Amino acid sequence: MRFSSYQTDGFYDEMFQTDDVPRPQARLLLETIQSLSDGQLLRSKVAAERLLLQMGITFNVYADSAGTERIFPFDLVPRIIASEEWTWIERGLEQRIHALNEFIDDIYHDQKILKDGVIPAEVVLSAASYRPQCQGLDPPRRIWCHIAGIDLVRDGNGQIYVLEDNLRVPSGVSYVLENREVLKRTFPQVFEGLSIRPVNQYPSRLLEMLQTLAPAGASDARAVVLTPGVYNSAYFEHSFLAQQMGLQLVEGRDLVVSGGVVYMRTTRGLQRVDVIYRRIDDDFLDPETFRADSLLGVPGLMAAYRAGGVALANAPGNGVADDKVIYAYVPAIVRYYEGAEPILHNVPTYLCWKDSDRSYVLENLDKLVVKAANESGGYGMLVGPASTRDEQRAFAAKIEAHPRNYIAQPTLSLSRVPTIIDDHFEGRHVDLRPYVLYGKDIYVLPGGLTRVALRKGSLVVNSSQGGGSKDTWVLAKPLNGSSLPAEATR
Amino acid sequence: MSGSNPLLSRVADSLYWIGRYIERADSVARMVGVNLQMMLDLPAENTGQWQALVDTGGDTRVFRERYGPASQESVIRFLVFDRENRNSMAVCVNVARDNARSVRDTISSEMWEQVNRLYLLINSTRPDSLTADSLPEFFHRVRTECHLFQGLTDSTMSHNEPWNFLQLGRAMERADKTTRILDVKYFMLLPSLSDVGTPYDDIQWSAVLKSVSGFEMYRKRHGRMVPDRVVEFLLMDREFPRAVHHCITGADECLHSITGTPTGNFSCAAEQWLGLLRSELHYTRAETILSSGLHEFLDGLQVKMNRIDTAIMENFFALGHDAKAAAQSAGSRQR
Repeated sequence: MRFSSYQTDGFYDEMFQTDDVPRPQARLLLETIQSLSDGQLLRSKVAAERLLLQMGITFNVYADSAGTERIFPFDLVPRIIASEEWTWIERGLEQRIHALNEFIDDIYHDQKILKDGVIPAEVVLSAASYRPQCQGLDPPRRIWCHIAGIDLVRDGNGQIYVLEDNLRVPSGVSYVLENREVLKRTFPQVFEGLSIRPVNQYPSRLLEMLQTLAPAGASDARAVVLTPGVYNSAYFEHSFLAQQMGLQLVEGRDLVVSGGVVYMRTTRGLQRVDVIYRRIDDDFLDPETFRADSLLGVPGLMAAYRAGGVALANAPGNGVADDKVIYAYVPAIVRYYEGAEPILHNVPTYLCWKDSDRSYVLENLDKLVVKAANESGGYGMLVGPASTRDEQRAFAAKIEAHPRNYIAQPTLSLSRVPTIIDDHFEGRHVDLRPYVLYGKDIYVLPGGLTRVALRKGSLVVNSSQGGGSKDTWVLAKPLNGSSLPAEATR
Repeated sequence: MSGSNPLLSRVADSLYWIGRYIERADSVARMVGVNLQMMLDLPAENTGQWQALVDTGGDTRVFRERYGPASQESVIRFLVFDRENRNSMAVCVNVARDNARSVRDTISSEMWEQVNRLYLLINSTRPDSLTADSLPEFFHRVRTECHLFQGLTDSTMSHNEPWNFLQLGRAMERADKTTRILDVKYFMLLPSLSDVGTPYDDIQWSAVLKSVSGFEMYRKRHGRMVPDRVVEFLLMDREFPRAVHHCITGADECLHSITGTPTGNFSCAAEQWLGLLRSELHYTRAETILSSGLHEFLDGLQVKMNRIDTAIMENFFALGHDAKAAAQSAGSRQR
């Protein structure tokens, strides 16, 4: 397969400056791919898919008949990020997560930012993810967002924007690790001559972070991973992370709370649990505090948490900062808490609760992307240019009925990466979800998950809607040849 | 006991059943494979052998209701591919995989991938695609994949408490299967006194041994094919891995490793029943069993093994953990 007929079609391409001029960071990789014998790439692709199936790296499809599992499509052509750009993204993410954490802590304590009028109080207090039950809570080290996945996109001008802050139970990091593993096993040639920052230290970093949360005095603290169970679409990731960290994977029914302490049910009776990396939404965490009909959670867990008997990551209530209306205020939040301009930009956002914004949105539904404030996974969304008149009318009615629940953004022309389609390369739109850990300090996993919209022209990258993924390479050395400090290149 | 992490009751339960189900799938593959071979050696009118295979699994009634008279095709469909038969090979493998998936963090990746490979093999095989010449190869492959799982379990997972629950499940399943095969076959083969000493007798007893992979080892131990010696070998042999005595001894040792109780003592009902059965097998002679009734003895074995199975469940998997139990352990923070 060759790139000679590859076309960027006027989009920003992560690998090509123009149709036949590669970007400097992609040159070596493209040469390697071009030098492969005929059919080699497709053979590697088949091998990679077979490997994913054999390793059982599959996700469950809810809407499908019971027990249907699919592999998350994986494209062999990696996405490359130059080291200088990554350094800048990393600093931006650190700043943003630090500010968001300060914001959450403030909201559940003094609410200074509301008193100072930076954000209207009703916007925050009306957020579906605001939890009055968390008011006054002091999580260990006052950290609320221990694990975050921040969605970044690049538009037609090459500008990077934050699209969403996923602070509650972000998923996908296991694919980052497995994609690298699969690529190394099936297509080792492409790594030759390049120095790429490794990703496999993530489980150690995560474990270290979880252990720093243990209540004081528990020197041999026990951390566990809490999953909704095998039928959850991210179950593979839950078991993978537990296994990689050497922690026990537990379900709600394995845990019991007594006297402000959480125990797990073992063959040798009840054993104390100190830290829970929970992959269950707030709503289902504890039927005594949140949704009473939850069968997945642990009755009394919040009381134990409040009493300091157990640490939870992420902290319940932190979703207030990833509400899509509050998202529009993040630049203001960064300025307020950090006293500095935000490094990473927001996509301009129209808030439908504001009369002026709403009338603009309603008049321009065919041009905008409209999102429900509290949805994720590509649900509850209208992509204006791709929508019909009827869909627009239906959305207009929803917006009029619940203005607080909707925001709108201009339709971004997402950047593209060459992707194997049948027997040739075509550009496909991508996003990037880097993962950020916040414990003793803030750690950003180099790269993150590149999701790719495999359908021609589609801008929706979610796995539930025809998305796939790519390995994401952060080059260890700047292109001018001078190397980074040893720490970063190990 | 070692200082390793405590094991969740739910996980112990799943491990025990992975052990049982992989062994059960292996048994089905072995028994059907052996039967296919044996049928080639027997006179064409000898059709009872396929029915016997169904009887061994204990699903005679269900089979008759759904399929009628037993034939090679219907029995293979029922024992191997039938999703409605909870003991079919396909169901065993699917359940084993579901269990493995739920404890994927506890077992090694190699073990998980192996269960997954077995699952993909069986689920990608259509019953009607198997022809007379590909059937033996199919069952051989299933058995190899099952053995690979056993080998990986032995070599990629620490021999700790979770491992012991896997082995316990496997040992209990083996004891159960050997008992059932013997019960069905002994009474099928004995009445045909006219066959005694004929080649058919030899073929059929050899098949019984082959269906527990015991033919060669029996020859080394006892030589000639003598029904009573076969019974003795399958029940009492101290060295053959599928002999009931060997399985029960192995199960007892697993259980003692799990609890940390010295052999000869017991700390729970499961250990007590298992220990009783172990010593009964230890101090009983094959001649006594045969003279006082093999069927009665095997029936008794089944009852005892069921009681042990239930006790294992109650003692380890279904611990009553109410708030009172929590309050009791609150004082002693065990690690």
